[in-house]
Amino acid sequence: MNGDLVGVRDAIAQRATSAREVIDGYLARIDAANGVLNAYHEVFAEEARAAADSVDAAISRGDRLGPLAGVPIAVKDNIATKLGTTTCSSRILENYRSPFDATVIERLAAADAIVVGKTNLDEFAMGSSCERCAWGPVRNPWDPSRVPGGSSGGSAAAVAANLCAAALGSDTGGSIRQPAALCGVVGFKPTYGRVSRYGLVAFGSSLDQIGPICHSVRDAALLYEVMAGDDPRDSTCAARAVEPVSATLDETPRTFRVGIPHQYRKGNSPAVDTALERAALLLQKAGATIVDVDLPMTDLGISTYYVIAPAEASSNLARFDGIRYGHRSTAHGSQDLFDLYANSRAEGFGAEVQRRIMLGTYVLSAGYYDAYYRRALQIRRLIKQEFDTVLAQCDVILGPTSPTAAFPIGGVTDPLAMYMCDVYTVNTNIAGICGISLQAGLDHSADRPLPVGMQLQAQAFNEPMLFKIARALERASGPLDAAPPSLTTVA
Amino acid sequence: MDDGPAQLSIEDVRHVAKLARLAVPEDRLGPMREELVAILGHIAQLQAVDTKGLEPMAHPLPMTNRLRADESRPGLSLSDALRNAPARHGDFIAVPKVLGGESS
Repeated sequence: MNGDLVGVRDAIAQRATSAREVIDGYLARIDAANGVLNAYHEVFAEEARAAADSVDAAISRGDRLGPLAGVPIAVKDNIATKLGTTTCSSRILENYRSPFDATVIERLAAADAIVVGKTNLDEFAMGSSCERCAWGPVRNPWDPSRVPGGSSGGSAAAVAANLCAAALGSDTGGSIRQPAALCGVVGFKPTYGRVSRYGLVAFGSSLDQIGPICHSVRDAALLYEVMAGDDPRDSTCAARAVEPVSATLDETPRTFRVGIPHQYRKGNSPAVDTALERAALLLQKAGATIVDVDLPMTDLGISTYYVIAPAEASSNLARFDGIRYGHRSTAHGSQDLFDLYANSRAEGFGAEVQRRIMLGTYVLSAGYYDAYYRRALQIRRLIKQEFDTVLAQCDVILGPTSPTAAFPIGGVTDPLAMYMCDVYTVNTNIAGICGISLQAGLDHSADRPLPVGMQLQAQAFNEPMLFKIARALERASGPLDAAPPSLTTVA
Repeated sequence: MDDGPAQLSIEDVRHVAKLARLAVPEDRLGPMREELVAILGHIAQLQAVDTKGLEPMAHPLPMTNRLRADESRPGLSLSDALRNAPARHGDFIAVPKVLGGESS
């Protein structure tokens, strides 16, 4: 068993195993592998065992349990949990203990899932490699000398190495989909407003969404359904009813249209290009008509994103001032209020977070607001209009999730080059539509095989269609003919 | 990389750092300026786009303010609210003197 969510859930529900046996297995694997991978910052071993025991007791009593009873889920450490700390992999929140649970955590609990621990990320979800984690870099289970992607790299690595049945990530510009692609698992960013952001530490409030990172499309559908839906505590949640996606997953439409923008075919590694052609062929065999579409704004996405996201971040991160919570500087000269703010923030935030706060402050400052921020918001409308046009011509857009497979740790040092990792994912967030990444082949050009991910994007709230086509591609593609080495040595 | 609108001086970087409440050491101002200039140089491609008549889009969903009923309901307890405070004085959060200092 690959330890997928559905398999684990069914084995527990049918009493083929106990929730306690399941969690003990995961905890043993975490013990063996986390020292190398650094996927988890914190593991709730004792609490998870106790929760598993109550699930087992409830099953023995014949109680009616939630849809994820006993399933161990890892949670990205920028999602607030009363249990343990919520650090965002930042020194400024090193000892922060949330007084409340995020809405998604409450919904996991209502489904009787078990939170097994908190996973590492690029500090405040700003990065594409998990090298900018205050608690050390996360490593890719397929090749520990390489990055797992980011920012939800801890969650993606934990799923890929079978250190949880599924995980939660957050996606502001690709932070669920890109690490899912680099680790060979499934990552789904819901339509903006579909999942409550209450308790997700805010980065870019008009871009952020929580979503699942899983072993399969079906797992992602189930975990998404547990989390989705309106929440009075998040005023940007969509009020419209959530359409079920798991029940219709295998109902592949008899005919459907898949658009491939020619802009998605340039600058990719050869293995990524090969995987794209293969995915198009597989979808065609499954009933798709492949159409050429045009997304000329693709290249402007990174520039637009690196105005809007830092602008929102500079405002959101203003709350970390060393007063009510978080790191407070004791440096000489911090007796003055201004110096206390400035020293606490300089000591608490890492270099990339400071860079983005500076960039965001600059583009919002007097004299530059119109030239940068207002203009980026106008171009955001153009990007949205372009997706509207293209998604009237096809049901989904197919393309690579990332231009390359996982790169070596330390291999990308220039900030701008790192930003370019997200060229195919940022526009999904800018337009507020939905997107899913799934494994679509292996890159054999390096020492070890590395997974390659493909992305499907669909119109806002068209999750049912997105999942049907993703499932069709997954079924046609079949399992990868290799597994991460740590999976085989640790299992 | 000195093209476009990114004519950012060291003085500008110092000013932005002050607005952002970040203590940037003197020897970091230069490197930080270069990083920002490189990023702003890339972002300068936005200036070439014709945006005439386009309504800025601050948010992906068309939505209006959603207000809850104006009624009292339980919130955080005092101990929960104070539990992460780095310095306390009884039931208060201790802070440096705000008035009368030379705060900027």
